[in-house]
Amino acid sequence: MTATAVRGIGVPVKRKEDPRFIRGKGTYVDDIKLPGMLFMDIVRSPYAHARIKRIDVTKALAMPGVIDVITGEELAKANLAWMPTLMGDRQMVLPTDRVVYYAQEVAAVIATDRYTAADAVLAVEVEYEPLPPVLNPFEALKPDAPLVRPDREQKSNHIWHWEAGDKEKTDRVFQEAEVVVSQDLYIPRIHVASIETCGCVANYDPATDKLTIWMTSQAPHAHRTVFSLVTGIPEHKIRIISPDIGGGFGGKVPVYPGYVIATYATLKHKKPIKWIEDRSENLQADSFARDYHIHAELAATRDGKIRGLRVHVVADHGAFDAAANPSRFPAGLFSVCTGSYDMEAAHIQVDGVYTTKPPGGVAYRCSFRVTEAVHTIERMVDILADELGMDPAEIRFKNFIQPHQFPYKSPTGWEYDSGNYPAALQKALDMIGYQELRREQAERRARGELMGIGISTFTEIVGAGPSHTFDILGIKMFDSAEIRVHPTGAVIVRIGVQTQGQGHETTFAQIVAEELGIPVEYITVEHGDTDTAPYGLGTYASRSTPTAGAATAVAARKIREKARLIAAHLLEVSPDDLEWKDYAFRVKGAPDRYKTMQEIAFAAYTNFPLGLEPGLEAECYYDPPNLTFPFGAYVCVVDIDRGTGQVKIREFLAVDDCGTIINPMIVEGQIHGGLTMGMAPALFEEIVYDENGTMLTGTFMDYLLPTAVETPHWKTAKTVTPSPHHPLGAKGVGESPTIGAPPAIVNAVVDALSHLGVRHIDIPITPAKVYRILQEKGVAE
Amino acid sequence: METLPIQVTVNGRTYTAEVEPRLLLVHFLRDVLNLTGTHIGCDTTSCGACTVLWNGRPVKSCTVFAVQVDGGEILTVEGLERDGQLHPVQEGFWEEHGLQCGFCTPGMMMTAVALLNENPDPTEEEIRKAISGNLCRCTGYVNIVKAIQYAARKLREGATVHVGGA
Repeated sequence: MTATAVRGIGVPVKRKEDPRFIRGKGTYVDDIKLPGMLFMDIVRSPYAHARIKRIDVTKALAMPGVIDVITGEELAKANLAWMPTLMGDRQMVLPTDRVVYYAQEVAAVIATDRYTAADAVLAVEVEYEPLPPVLNPFEALKPDAPLVRPDREQKSNHIWHWEAGDKEKTDRVFQEAEVVVSQDLYIPRIHVASIETCGCVANYDPATDKLTIWMTSQAPHAHRTVFSLVTGIPEHKIRIISPDIGGGFGGKVPVYPGYVIATYATLKHKKPIKWIEDRSENLQADSFARDYHIHAELAATRDGKIRGLRVHVVADHGAFDAAANPSRFPAGLFSVCTGSYDMEAAHIQVDGVYTTKPPGGVAYRCSFRVTEAVHTIERMVDILADELGMDPAEIRFKNFIQPHQFPYKSPTGWEYDSGNYPAALQKALDMIGYQELRREQAERRARGELMGIGISTFTEIVGAGPSHTFDILGIKMFDSAEIRVHPTGAVIVRIGVQTQGQGHETTFAQIVAEELGIPVEYITVEHGDTDTAPYGLGTYASRSTPTAGAATAVAARKIREKARLIAAHLLEVSPDDLEWKDYAFRVKGAPDRYKTMQEIAFAAYTNFPLGLEPGLEAECYYDPPNLTFPFGAYVCVVDIDRGTGQVKIREFLAVDDCGTIINPMIVEGQIHGGLTMGMAPALFEEIVYDENGTMLTGTFMDYLLPTAVETPHWKTAKTVTPSPHHPLGAKGVGESPTIGAPPAIVNAVVDALSHLGVRHIDIPITPAKVYRILQEKGVAE
Repeated sequence: METLPIQVTVNGRTYTAEVEPRLLLVHFLRDVLNLTGTHIGCDTTSCGACTVLWNGRPVKSCTVFAVQVDGGEILTVEGLERDGQLHPVQEGFWEEHGLQCGFCTPGMMMTAVALLNENPDPTEEEIRKAISGNLCRCTGYVNIVKAIQYAARKLREGATVHVGGA
């Protein structure tokens, strides 16, 4: 078998999932159609905070085709009016007495078709007594603030306080510091807005006593366990199928009330229930991301050596803490905010706060608050450079963790696995012609033109995670793979993670192809069905390759070890006399005597050695020893229009290092997409509320996703620093660009305006915001 | 609810149906004809996931009533492949990795087909402008542009394809 035929690791194999998608033959949740299926639609609150005085369903129920209207009162009788969140809080499924955010679920209509259900939603009469909204988290913390959650024992809007690092040491560093810079940064509330909204088809079959839910889920196994615990239905009687998913980005990790109500409805009516959100519901009520109010300080020497970082965050979580973080990390992995820089000390504090806004916060293509962390440090380093009159590249080179320092223990306790930060930045600067750009900038500046160059040299932290620290509701964050080699050498692989566009059906097949020497086209990868896939925690936080990718490699190696015994039997040599080389077991010193995996597979079922178990299968539940730390160096060049405040990204170069690359085509595609989702909040996206707490950005007319016109032609490059602890050396890549891009863009815009005394601009950097600054500085045209 | 009779040719096959006047074309295609390749991504004619060709012109089928297309011809993603031969646009999307989750892909491809019917040799800028009514959250558009360029090349080289209706 040749490498060309196998097409394993490192080959840009065309995707195996594409033939169905390009023919319109994917199966997304809304494509599921079952006999007798009913449709559910949801009545939502027009108030951010109100007491519910009365819900009258009479008119709605009287409409032809309306089967049922479900309220919180009814759910309460089934003990389902509330559900647990992944963060140990609880969340209303449907309210019994009050609503706490705009567009909150108030009641659910079940009807024979989706149009009738929508009509009936309008016929449900709800009488509200408005209460004062609580929108600003700083106001929410004041003692006289209205209480968002009177159901809690603690009568305050403060949820939790969380710290990382060494306070005493950090305070000492700051006292001694020659230079301290500080900055408030707000990272606004945004929404993942995958093009497919959320939804489910829930079907309880009384004949088999089985509940099947097709669900837009990034974590079907975890959701099955949650559903079992919440409903009391034995777990083997629940099957969750996550079919083709139209984008996840973190928004399909939480359990939303709609899923629970649809499940209740199918159990009650014993008919399939379909619930599909429309876009407004998706933007208005589903989990948001970010909403971090950050105060950061950096201590340094006068010659630019960073000594310490001190950060305090007020985190607006909305009405319920429904973040999707590992249990022990209420602020996610934010404490990685010391970034790519070696420093003596850091101290991080985060306070979670309730407001009358939708619950969250999930990631937005980000490994648990790492975007917030990277934005903080990458902005602060630039602010320090500005304070000291240093070049932003120079200050980074001066402070980088050096290659020989890995594994590197960060001041907040993380152990970075591997990296070569100076090499990545140098490559980026050389490729983009940094010095030439600086010369051009000086010339343009002299002519009154506004051009900026921004750098971001970020470190990601992905692959959650090791069982000693990482769990979700107590379930450790391992992941799994199961491989079966059929007699003819064809293979089925089942994995515990689930694709929403990442291309697992291709890349995981390539891993097995490489490990077993079986051509990739003979390998099928299945996922997303809890009845068939091994238990796993799902796909988010760039964890698939670091966890299930490792499990797949380890399972394949187990198969190879068994195959060695069979090959020895077939070749009539001792297993020790064989070596795995060029995709076959070959007799040492006589490489022409060999057995391929196809031959061995057939023998595993037809001619296996006496005493050896027949068959050729293996599974692995992989508990990663550490997280992985992808990194990159990004350079962004912008031009600002003095007449409109428009920021134009002229050029953007992303040098990424995600360790070993399994499929370079897919990796590049992930980077393009990630960069676009990094640019989006940097320049366009923000969820905005008015003073009543009504969301003003509930459609794609107001919540602006980048189109092909605003998106630049991204340039990418790579360095490869394998992870020392991952079986393949791979690190994960899907989110690096989303976290690395925003500060590169902001740093570029601020750089373009720095000579006017501008040191920071909060995202999104809209034309209006820039134009106001230009006016203030007297340079608007 | 009152219904009206319509006759419409979809992907070369003629259908007659009784539909509510308010039934959207996208729901007619998906729920009545079971052509679920056309997707729904928003309520405001913004995302383009539901793009189909109506008498050869791209429309967002969430903003067209089924009764409007009475007597017309519709082409959906399911009609692109002919005689087991992928349309060059489909081929381009596969070759150039122009899709990830696949949800925006059918609408994006239909817009591309319409563009190439009108302009067989579009510049990158013209492609980007043509697809600016189709949102993609996964790819960052770079490979979608390449996919359409691939299809344009292929079509100019004289691949035999039928486009724009039956």
